[in-house]
Amino acid sequence: MTRLVGFKHEDAGAPPSYSEGYQSTRLRAPSKPLIRTPTTLTEVTGPTDGWEGLMGGAMADLTTQHAGMPQGQRIIVSGRVLDEDGRPAPNTVMEIWQANAAGRYIHIDDSWDAPHDPNFTGAGRVITDAQGRYRYVTIRPGCYPWGNHYNAWRPGHIHLSLMGPSFASRLVTQMYFPDDPLIEIDPIANAVPMPYRQRMVSRFDIETTEPNYGLGYLFDVVLRGREATPFEDDHDKDHH
Amino acid sequence: MVDNQSPEIFGQTPSQTVGPYFHYGLPWKGCADLVGVSEMGARTDLFPAENYKLNVSTAREAVIGDVIEIFGLVTDGAGTPVPDCLIEIWQADAAGIYNTTGDPRWAKSNHDGFPGYGRCATSAEGFYRFRTIMPGRVPSPDGGLQAAHIAISVFGRGMLKRLATRMYFDGGEGNDQDIVLNAVPAERRDTIIARRDEGDSWRMDIVLRGDNETAFFDI
Ligand SMILES: [Fe+3]
Repeated sequence: MTRLVGFKHEDAGAPPSYSEGYQSTRLRAPSKPLIRTPTTLTEVTGPTDGWEGLMGGAMADLTTQHAGMPQGQRIIVSGRVLDEDGRPAPNTVMEIWQANAAGRYIHIDDSWDAPHDPNFTGAGRVITDAQGRYRYVTIRPGCYPWGNHYNAWRPGHIHLSLMGPSFASRLVTQMYFPDDPLIEIDPIANAVPMPYRQRMVSRFDIETTEPNYGLGYLFDVVLRGREATPFEDDHDKDHH
Repeated sequence: MVDNQSPEIFGQTPSQTVGPYFHYGLPWKGCADLVGVSEMGARTDLFPAENYKLNVSTAREAVIGDVIEIFGLVTDGAGTPVPDCLIEIWQADAAGIYNTTGDPRWAKSNHDGFPGYGRCATSAEGFYRFRTIMPGRVPSPDGGLQAAHIAISVFGRGMLKRLATRMYFDGGEGNDQDIVLNAVPAERRDTIIARRDEGDSWRMDIVLRGDNETAFFDI
């Protein structure tokens, strides 16, 4: 029998599916508890090798995809993708999408009247190196209103999607900015209990900042780690 | 104030919703077609063509196996179709081997053009639809084989976390003994078993919340 090592389950920083303040969760969060299932080869594997042929290669500069420079504050975002035991996750795809400097998405359903930017799409993709490091260039996304409650505004954020090493470690999250007063009153960020909410807040960094070019922010993404021991000896008692 | 770089709160990055506007950032053209070349899975109607920056599906080697279509309607707790979900699948090839070096049998297998991984943005009517192959059976930690299945992730606006589940196939060999299917309470197993629709098309609806709620997993 193949000996497989499973992945750790979510930690105390995971949000619930249902969160009172985030209205759309009321009809879209499961009402029944999740079912703990045994770990198999399906959960510990993932598309770690073939993604480039599917999605394409890196697009690490979101400011050079059109004829001119986009409006807004140019920023450099850099960091590492790790697991929770501090091991780097090399050759991992991080997909990026975001609003423009005025807070407007190019999506047709975004009907806010802030202007579009003909020089900005807001989609990119980076791949981590052997040490799990990544870096991309973009513009700082603006804040935008949304319909969740009266006078609701999302803090500036960059949407991130990571494949990670397995189906179990798949992660979609958002990166926030350190000097943003809207984080504290945002129901989506605050679905994550404190202090863990702060794991999603990047840090301004003068070393990452490049002279006469752009401001630097650091953001590490931490994926679920491996179980310490092979699960097959004890998975029966594990899931009952 | 502690932040992302503070060692005292180091741990798993929390999940957040994919939001309603992922369509120009995640689903590439053909991402729901694991067999051929098409634009299945993308919603290019939702943003201007000049903003299409992702890959287009490329010709690949012929895929070995029985070609099937899997599809279903995604509905919310009010029974309303959900037009802004993203569904992802991960499955073995016809021989029951995953297309990754992480599968210990991969090096010794014959590889065809089958990626094993796909995405699909739900349609304006709330349907997901993939063209793929019937997966082979993969080893089970109990020493036998799992029944044929496809791992599924569901993302969407109003969903703070990915919801994980599986698709099994009605009448599938080994369904009775499958350790994951058997971890699901008997009265809920039907929610993750696809029924044959027409020809080689299989249907499994996804109900996010409510009486007939899909069995979602803590994996
Ligand atoms: Fe957003």
